[in-house]
Amino acid sequence: MTHLLNRPDFEVIAGWVQPGERVLDLGCGDGALLKLLIETRGVRGYGVDIDDANVLAAIANGINVIQSNLDAGLAGFVDGAFDHVVLSRTLQTIRHTQDVLTAMLRVGREAVVSFPNFGYWKNRLAVLGGRMPVSEDLPYQWFDTPNVRFFTMLDFEALCEEMHILVRDRQVLDEQGKLVTEEHNFLGSLAVYRITRMP
Amino acid sequence: MLPAYDLVYETYGTLNAAKSNAILVCHALSGHHHVAGMYADQPKSLGWWDNLIGPGRPLDTERFFVVGVNNLGGCHGSTGPSSPNPATSKPWGADFPVVTVDDWVQAQAQLADFLGIASWAAVVGGSLGGMQALQWAIDLPQRIRHALVIAAAPKLTAQNIAFNDVARQAIITDPDFHGGHFYEHATVPRRGLRLARMLGHITYLSDDQMGEKFGRVLRNDTGAYSFGYGVEFEIESYLRAQGDKFAGFFDANTYLLMTKALDYFDPAHRHDGDLAAALKPAVAKFLVVSFTTDWRFAPSRSREIVNALLKNDQDVSYAEVASSFGHDSFLLEEPQYHAVLRAYLGRIGL
Repeated sequence: MTHLLNRPDFEVIAGWVQPGERVLDLGCGDGALLKLLIETRGVRGYGVDIDDANVLAAIANGINVIQSNLDAGLAGFVDGAFDHVVLSRTLQTIRHTQDVLTAMLRVGREAVVSFPNFGYWKNRLAVLGGRMPVSEDLPYQWFDTPNVRFFTMLDFEALCEEMHILVRDRQVLDEQGKLVTEEHNFLGSLAVYRITRMP
Repeated sequence: MLPAYDLVYETYGTLNAAKSNAILVCHALSGHHHVAGMYADQPKSLGWWDNLIGPGRPLDTERFFVVGVNNLGGCHGSTGPSSPNPATSKPWGADFPVVTVDDWVQAQAQLADFLGIASWAAVVGGSLGGMQALQWAIDLPQRIRHALVIAAAPKLTAQNIAFNDVARQAIITDPDFHGGHFYEHATVPRRGLRLARMLGHITYLSDDQMGEKFGRVLRNDTGAYSFGYGVEFEIESYLRAQGDKFAGFFDANTYLLMTKALDYFDPAHRHDGDLAAALKPAVAKFLVVSFTTDWRFAPSRSREIVNALLKNDQDVSYAEVASSFGHDSFLLEEPQYHAVLRAYLGRIGL
C-alpha cells in the first residue's frame, strides 16, 4: 500500500471503511481523511472542527464541515446516523473521555479511535529517566501540550471492557508509521482502534 | 392580490453562455438592489455589500453574474406600498397586501425567468436575506445549487417578534401615520420610523461593541452631567442620527411589511414545526454562517438549520465566526468570514 498523505493511520482507517458508508470525522482538521475516503471509498461524510483555520481549509477542500466543539457537535446528530465515527489523535485532548466515547457510539454504528500510546517503550524510558516523553506521536512539551489524558493501550482496553465496548479490530504503528505485529503496548507509538457497542 | 408589479434589479459581471454562473443576492430588512459599486455621478452611493461583491472580491464578479433585486413591497423602485394602486391611482399605502418570504421567492423566480436563468449557482443572503436563500432551497429546489444562509434563523423567537412589534407600534401610533395613508396627507410618520430604526439598531449591535464604541462618553467635552432630557451620551446622539437618516428616506409601510415578513417566516410551520421535514425537498448544498456576538439571530439559531440539514443527510458546512460586531457582522469585512465565503464560492462549479 502506498503512503496516503503521509498519514499511515489514515490507511488503517480507510481499510475499515466500506464503499458508500457514512462517516463522521471529529476533529477533522483540513478534511484530508474525509477527502481521501470520499475519493477512494465514495463515502458520504461530515467533519467537525472548532478551529477557524481548519474549518476554512476543510471548506476549501470541498468537505462538509461543521464548526463546533465536540460536545455540541455530536448533539446535532441523530442516533445511528453514521457507519463510522472517527476520532483521530484527539481522545487524549478531551477531558470527558467516557462521554465522548458514548456519544460516538450513539451516533455511529462503529467508532474509530486513534491515540498516542503512552506505553510505547520510548515513553516509558523517558519517564524512567525522570522526564515526560516527547516523541513523534507525543510532540509537545508538558507545559504547552493540548493533551490532558495520558493512557496506554492496556488502559484503553480496560476502559472499553468497563464500558461494554467491543474492540473489533486494532492496528498499532511505530514512530515511522510501520505496523507493529508483536508486543503492541511496548512497541506501538500510535494505536488505532475499531470499536462498537457490545451486542 | 396585486394585478401586476415591477421589480427593480441590478446586475454585475457577465452571464456566461451556459447561464450557469448567476448568483442572486437577497437583501435584509432595509436593503435593496444596489448591492455593489457606485453610480458614476453619486460618490455616496456605494452598494450595501460592496466589501463582498466585486472584481476579485469573495463574490467575484469576474467569475459570477450577480443579481441584486429590490423585493416586492420595497421602497427602492420595486412595487410597494408607496407605488400607485392602479384601481385608485393613489398610493397603495395600508392596502398593499402583506407579502411573505415565499412571495419574494416566487417574484425572484420570475426575474430569473426573465433573465433566462434556469438555476442559480447560488442564492446568498444575510439575516432576512438568508431566510430567502433557505426558502429558495425549499420551494424551488431544482433552481438553486447552493444556498448561503448567513446570520439567519429558521423562524423568529417571541423576543424577535416583540422587538418587531414595538417598532411597528412606534410607526402605527405616530399621528402622521394616518392608518398607512400618510401619502395623501403629504406627510411621513417620521417620529415612528425614527424610533423603529433606533430600536432595530440596538438589536443589530453587540453590548460589547456599543460599550467599546460609545461607553458612557458624553456629548459635551466638559465631562459634567447636565441632568436634563437633552442628548447627554454619545450613544443617544448616534442612535438619533441613525433614526433621522433612516426616517428621511425609508417608507414606513415598507418597514411594517418587512417586519411582518420576518414574523411570518417559518418554513416548518406547515410541517408541525419539523424543520427537517420542511427542508427535505432541498437539493442545494448549504453554507450556514453565524457570528458569535449576534444576539438577534444567535449562533444557536443557525445551528437549528444545520441540525435539520444533518438530520436529512444534506450537504452543509457551518462556520461560526468570532466577531464582536453583533448581527451587523454579516455586512462587515471580518477576515475569517470573508475567507470562508471566498473558499466556498471558489469551489462552486459553473
